[in-house]
Parts: sequence; structure tokens; C-alpha cells
Amino acid sequence: MNFKVIFLLKLNLGKDVSLIGDREIGPVDGKFIKKITMVAHAGNKGDAVRSDCFVNLELKESGGIIVNVKSKVDKLYGNQISKLSLVVLQYFSIKHAVLTIDDKGALPFVIAARIEAVVHQLIITDKTYLTNLEEFNKKATSPDRIRRSRLYLPGNNPKLMLNAGIYGADGIILDLEDSVAPDKKDEARILVRNALRLVNFYGAERMVRINQLPLGLDDLDWIAREGVNLILIPKCESAEDVHHVEERIQQVKKDKDFPIHLMPIIESALGVQNAYAIASASENVVAIAIGLEDYTADIGAQRTNKAKESFFARSTIVNAAKAAGKQAIDSVFSDIEDMDALSRNVTESKSLGFTGMGCIHPRQIIYINQGYAPNETEIEKAKKIVNAFLIALENGSGVVALGSKMIDPPVVKRAQNLIDMAISTGQLAKDWRNVYV
Amino acid sequence: MCMSDKLIKNAGGRWVPETINGEKVFPFMGVGRYKPSGNKMAPKISSCADFSSDGNKQVSDLKEALQKAGLKDGMTISTHHHFRNGDLVANRVFDVAKQMGAKNLRWFPSASFPCHAHLIPYLEDGTISHIEGSMNGPLGKFCSEGKMSKIAVLRSHGGRYQAVQDGDVKIDIAVIAASCADAFGNANGISGESNSGLLGFALADSQYADKVIVVTDTLVPFPCVPWQIQGNYVDYTVLVDKVGIPEKIVSGTTQVTKSPDRLLIAEMTAKFCEVTGIIHDGFSFQAGAGGTSLSIGIFFGDIIRRKGIKARFARGGSNQYLVNLLEEGLVEYILDGQTFDLEGVRSMRENPNHVWTSPFTSYNYHGKGNFAGMVDVVILGATEVDVNFNANVVTHSDGYLMHGIGGWQNCLFSKTVILPLPLFRDRIPVVVDEVTTLCGPGELIDVIVTERGIAINPLKTDLIEKAKGSGLPIKTIHQLKEEAEHICGKPERPAPKDKIVAAIKWVDGTVIDVVRQVADE
Repeated sequence: MNFKVIFLLKLNLGKDVSLIGDREIGPVDGKFIKKITMVAHAGNKGDAVRSDCFVNLELKESGGIIVNVKSKVDKLYGNQISKLSLVVLQYFSIKHAVLTIDDKGALPFVIAARIEAVVHQLIITDKTYLTNLEEFNKKATSPDRIRRSRLYLPGNNPKLMLNAGIYGADGIILDLEDSVAPDKKDEARILVRNALRLVNFYGAERMVRINQLPLGLDDLDWIAREGVNLILIPKCESAEDVHHVEERIQQVKKDKDFPIHLMPIIESALGVQNAYAIASASENVVAIAIGLEDYTADIGAQRTNKAKESFFARSTIVNAAKAAGKQAIDSVFSDIEDMDALSRNVTESKSLGFTGMGCIHPRQIIYINQGYAPNETEIEKAKKIVNAFLIALENGSGVVALGSKMIDPPVVKRAQNLIDMAISTGQLAKDWRNVYV
Repeated sequence: MCMSDKLIKNAGGRWVPETINGEKVFPFMGVGRYKPSGNKMAPKISSCADFSSDGNKQVSDLKEALQKAGLKDGMTISTHHHFRNGDLVANRVFDVAKQMGAKNLRWFPSASFPCHAHLIPYLEDGTISHIEGSMNGPLGKFCSEGKMSKIAVLRSHGGRYQAVQDGDVKIDIAVIAASCADAFGNANGISGESNSGLLGFALADSQYADKVIVVTDTLVPFPCVPWQIQGNYVDYTVLVDKVGIPEKIVSGTTQVTKSPDRLLIAEMTAKFCEVTGIIHDGFSFQAGAGGTSLSIGIFFGDIIRRKGIKARFARGGSNQYLVNLLEEGLVEYILDGQTFDLEGVRSMRENPNHVWTSPFTSYNYHGKGNFAGMVDVVILGATEVDVNFNANVVTHSDGYLMHGIGGWQNCLFSKTVILPLPLFRDRIPVVVDEVTTLCGPGELIDVIVTERGIAINPLKTDLIEKAKGSGLPIKTIHQLKEEAEHICGKPERPAPKDKIVAAIKWVDGTVIDVVRQVADE
């Protein structure tokens, strides 16, 4: 009985509260009795840890709240950390507890996430401590925006999140799947939720990779409320997977008109087989991606540099995506030292029809951005086409011609997309047509 | 202690005492305002009659040398930091001094390193009364907590030369560690076993100290050439097993960063220098120690190569990256103040265009000019910079003294001074309202490059104009400060105690600020 006691809680439990593990709960005289562990911890510790904290919460039956802070920024922020801790504990109506924080310079949103994570381990509540939602995290993204590079960030590592937006990636992915250990999934969700509200990613599209379904659906309860632009669905095998995700998002989303895009990742033979169905499963699907590590394992092949073994899958993904009018996104390149090999890989990927690739290190971003950006010949050609289209428009002519060649509307659209991309990458001036002869 | 002393407000707006350790000092009066008068310090006249005519000044060991030099209570002993964290001599000097029962010594190193934490017991038992030099790691903590019995004095490399030359500090015994020497006392740092490169930091000591001891582990027959230290200044030579660990010259601050954040800052800095035309044919630059500065050197190299131009000279701290630029022909000369790695030592030995300099040639403010002002652009670090572009390089925001000044203050006289800094470190904002300790006045600091934006000193209208339309994220220093506080929260300012634990000298010997004892835990 040292660690487990009977604890009385007055709680209004929502219908959706699910009970996990050894927790028992039932009504006694209109109250709930809960048998729980009295001690819990969350966060990371160790010499290498930065911008994070490790918190330990022990619930008590008396004595009020005691907060012990050990912080490397104690002299500058010690009082603020204690104050925030009290606010969060009081928000969850905790009256008696000892909270210990081993702080390595964590920002307030991280400290709040860690405390909330321990609280949720100890009491069952549908309350959640929402930090401020910054204006810059209220911005929506368009379905066809540029998605050349997207930087993967481990969902339970706050240090890497803080500067993730400064390297110029088109998107950042807060990952809840492979980079988060199974016993850290709960705390990572809260951290990611807070990061989506507070961290400035400087215009990068805010993406979250949820866990493989069905666990991934529970992730959505935390992260699909607001602040997120796009959900990556890993190991997606069918249109049904997409529908499940979409339904859950609709349930939890706060602003029903705010677009949350989907990017299913196809990582199996079955997924490749169903690629078109997945790509066209919903208008919210804006792109489909391929994950080659799992795919090659699934078909029983080795992943090689020449990548012959995945040629069919990659082409299928591109074809399915284009057939559904979506973007096709390539797998990550895992050698973070060899930039020449990365560039070659990007060139080949672009030639197959992919428009972007994941990054696992900030250094890769510039190579990927440059590699997928249009080259000068492509820009020149696109300028001619768009110019011809605009002249036709100005002349009131329905027919677009370049020399003796007729130009179809899809060709014009593709050229216009390319021009937009060149403008956004700074390769082309906005008013290029003023100086175009 | 000078708690009873009157404090006066100096030109930097800081309250400083009129005396330090009982000696009168001048407050900082503004850049270039203090006019020294009188003559330089003159050492005693020596006579060849007192030295063996065969030139042999070798004594059996360090103890005999210190005895013969007349070591006694209250003396000032100097050592030098060419071996950086691999120095073996300073600790040994005070081991011997302790054995000899000397008390109240003033240690006057050109810089201290974590390896000198060995001396803390001597500070506690009164063998050493205080340090006038840099304060690193454990020594800085000891001093910050008010445990040193007198006030520490921190000077720049140039300020140290100035203090010795002007007689502000009279050195009784200088102990110079050299990788190679002859028995007459000619010495250098590029021959022998334990190479440290050059011995420039010991130049003033050899010229002005009352007694000079050269310690080496490689004694060659006369002549030891080149003689970076001239034997004619030297009283005694000592042969020991080992003077230093050259491999430890390479410290954490002398390796290129792998941090993507710092690489980004380095790249932005290089780009800034390119678009503003600072990088042009025949230009000159200095990038100091520290991972970010080193990577900037590499980015400079890329730009120089791409533009097909050459830099006339680079001031070092030399290191393998700078040496690569010299050997590739992208830089014509390295004017080296200290070597940061063994490639620097090799190059200095082999390449006549890799020239060794001293704080006299490069930094001394009380001279007829110096090299620092001729450099087109210098890249420096800082712990804090404030909205008036004032910068701090010695204390952290929690008030602890943790770093020396090095050549930092002297380099502020370069034509363009750029500080590439992260906007915050472990939640602690680097751009602040007011620096904890004033080390460099804002009028000399031109550009702050952070990962979240670049601020240009409003005084630098030409740079502001040139950076327009560059695509670089130019912001005001206030915007940067607000962004840092928005992310980190506004930090509390820990109020220090009244007791002054250290004084920070400006390049002309005036007091620009003081450091006070940190508040108790």
C-alpha cells in the first residue's frame, strides 16, 4: 500500500473517456472511486537534454501543494516556473501534491505539457490545459501549396522544435509515430499539441504524423482541434483508413471550416495496390507519400541505392496521385552526410514525377528545395506558355497557341504552378511579365 | 574590498570605484577619450657582468629559478596561455611557490582555463591573493561567489600589454613556457616536442618583467631560431619533462559547429558580408575561436572562391580551416595571434606568409596604431547584447563570471564588427534590455546576426542602405529583443550583492564596469 491507495475524486466524466490499464472506477454515493498510482513522471532527463524538463508528481492526501524546482535557469526563471506549476495544478483541481521539476531551460509550453502529462496519468479528467493559440498558428494552408521539403521532428523532443521553422522547409512534421517510444506516446501528444499552438514555425506548413491506426485516431483527439494544417497517415492501406481519420477529425475539430489536409503514407504492397483509391478517398487528401523502408521490407526486398526494387511502387504512387489530381511525395533519404547522393536522388525523384521529399536533418532542406525547384529551362518554357495564355485572354481568344502549337488548359495550369513556385523560391520576380518580351 | 569607496558613474553609465585593491583607477571616459601622459614603465638596468659569458643561464629546476628570482610574499607572477587547456606550467609554478611558503601572490596570466582549477586551494589558503587575467569555469565561479580575497581584474589581450607597458601592473617574475629554447633563453613555440605555435602573449612580460624564466622541454644548443622570445631579456632557463599538452590546445571552442542553428547563423553572416560588399578583392577579416566563427571562415572561403578574388590577410587565431584558405591561395597572409590547433602550428613553421604577431602589434591601444583597426570585418561572440548594441563577453545573465575578454575588446576597432549569436540559449535571451556587464560600448558594435533576424546598428547607415533588398531578414534590435522575450518569457534580473568581485578594464586601462558577488542560492 505504499504506492497505491484509494483516492476519492469528484469528476464529471465525459462519455468519451476511455479507461486504460489498472485504473478502476465506479460510482460510490454519487462520487467516483479510483484506484490509482500516486506517483507519475514525464519528460526527459540526462546531461544531453536541453530545453526540456523532467517532472515528477506525487499526489498527497494533505499538506497542500509543494513545488520543488531545480533549474539551470533558476536565477532568471525559477519564480516563473513555480508560478506556472501552481497554475496548472490548480487548473486540474489538485489540492495536495509534491511536484518536482528538473528543468534544463524548458519553455513554458513544454513545462505545462510535462505537468499536464503527469496529471493525466494520475487522475481521469476531460479537462486539458490549453496554452495560448498564437495568431501565426491560426493560418490555413492551401491544398496545392508547395511541399518540396518537410522536416521530421521527434514529437517528444522540444529542443528540436524551437528552431525547426528557421531552415526554410516547406513543412515541418511533428512526429508521434516511429520517433516516439511506446511509453512516451501520451506525453508526446500533449507536447505536440502545445507546440502547434505556441511555437512559431515561420510559415512552414504544420504537419503531424499520427500513429498507425487505430492508435493514431486517439492522437487526433489531442492534435486535430486547432493549429494543425496537415495530418500524415502512416502505413495507410485503404480508402477506409482515410475515412476513419477524416471522421475523427470532424468530431474533434473546433473550427469546422478550417482545412486540415491529409497526406497518407503508403508503405506496403497492399497500399501501393490501393494507391489510387487512397489518393481519391477524400478531397482533403492533398498528397500521397511513399515510405520505402517498410515497403521494401514488405515485398521482401533489400533497399538499394539504385532503388530498382521500388521503381514500380514509386511510379505507381506518382501515377495514382496524378490521376487523382494530388501531389506525389517521395520517401526520405537516410544518409545525412552524403549531400551529393541526396542531390542525385532528388534529381531522379523529380524526373519520376515526385514534387517533394521528407527530410530527417535540416541540412538536407536546401538540397531538396533546390532539387525540386524548377530549373531555368523549365521556367523559360512556362513563361512562354503563361504569356501566350494571358495574351489570348487579353485578346478575348479562347484558343491558346504557341507558334503553330495549340496548348491545352492542363498544360497552362501546370505552367502557372511552375511560375508560382519559381516566384515563391525567389527564382522569378513577381512582376516578371512586365519585363518579359 | 572597496565597499566604502566612492563609486562614480562612468561614460558607459556604470557605477565603478575610484580605487581597486588600493590603487587609483580611472573610470571609462568614452572611446578614445582618455589621454595617457608620462612615460612608459622602464625595467631595471641589467649588466652582462652578472651573467655567465658563455650564455648559459640554465638552473637545475623551477624551484631554484624562483628562489634565484627572489620569490617573496606579495609578488606578481605571470604565465601565458599558449597551451590553452593543456598548460602544465602555471600550476607547477604555484605548487613550488606553495612549497616555498610564499603568500599573497598576484597571478597575472594572459588567460586562464579549466585546467587551472588546480589553483583554487591556493586561492583559499592565501598563497594566491587574486587573479588579474581571464576567469574561466571553476575560477570564475569561485570569484563570482566572492571567495577571492581581493578584486580580480580582467583585461583584453591588448589591455594586458598596455597595463604592463604603462606600469599599471609591474610583473616581478614572468614564467614563459616554450616548446623549444636554448640555455641563453632564446625561445619559440614552433620547434621541439610540445608546440604551441607562437609566444606573443609573453612578449610584454619578457620586455618589462623584473625577472624572466624560460621553461622548456626541448633545450637545443645556441642558437634557438627563430627566437620569438629574445634571450637577452631572460634571467634563467629551466629544462622540465613536459611544458604542455599540445593536443589540448584544441578546445571545444575551436571546432567547427555541427549544430544546424549555428551553421545557419554562420551562413547568414557570410551572406550579409557578401551582399554589403564587405567581401571584396583585397579585403581582410578576422574570425575568432568558437564553432560559429570557424564555420563563417569556411563560408567566407566559398564566397572568395566563387567570386575569384583574394583576401589580403586574415587575422587569427589560426586553425586548420584558415590554413586551408592560405594554402589554397584564397588568403595571402595569416597574421596570427595564437594557434588554435596543430595545423596552425605546422603552417606557421612552414609558410613564410603565416606570420606571428603579438598583442603589441595587433592590439595595444597605447601604441602608434595597431593592426586591429585595419581589419575590414571581425566576427566575435558575446554572452549578451543589449538594445543599445552594448555587449557582454565575461558574465552570464545570472551574474556569474565565466569567460575572459581575450582580444575581443581590441577587435571592436575593426571597420565592421559583427556578432553572430543565437537569439536565446536554453531559454535565456541573448538580446536584452541592458547587458549584465558592459565589456564593449555599442558605438563600436555594428551588426547582430541571429537565426531569427539581423539587426544593424542605426549608426551604420551605410550598412543599412546596402542590406536593403538583399532578402536577408533585417530587423531592429528592439524587434529581436521582443521576439526573444516572447519566446522565452521576460527573465528576472537577479540582484547581485554590493561586494565588487571583479573589475573590467577597457583597452586604455580605464574601468568600464565591475562584477558584483552573485546572490546566495
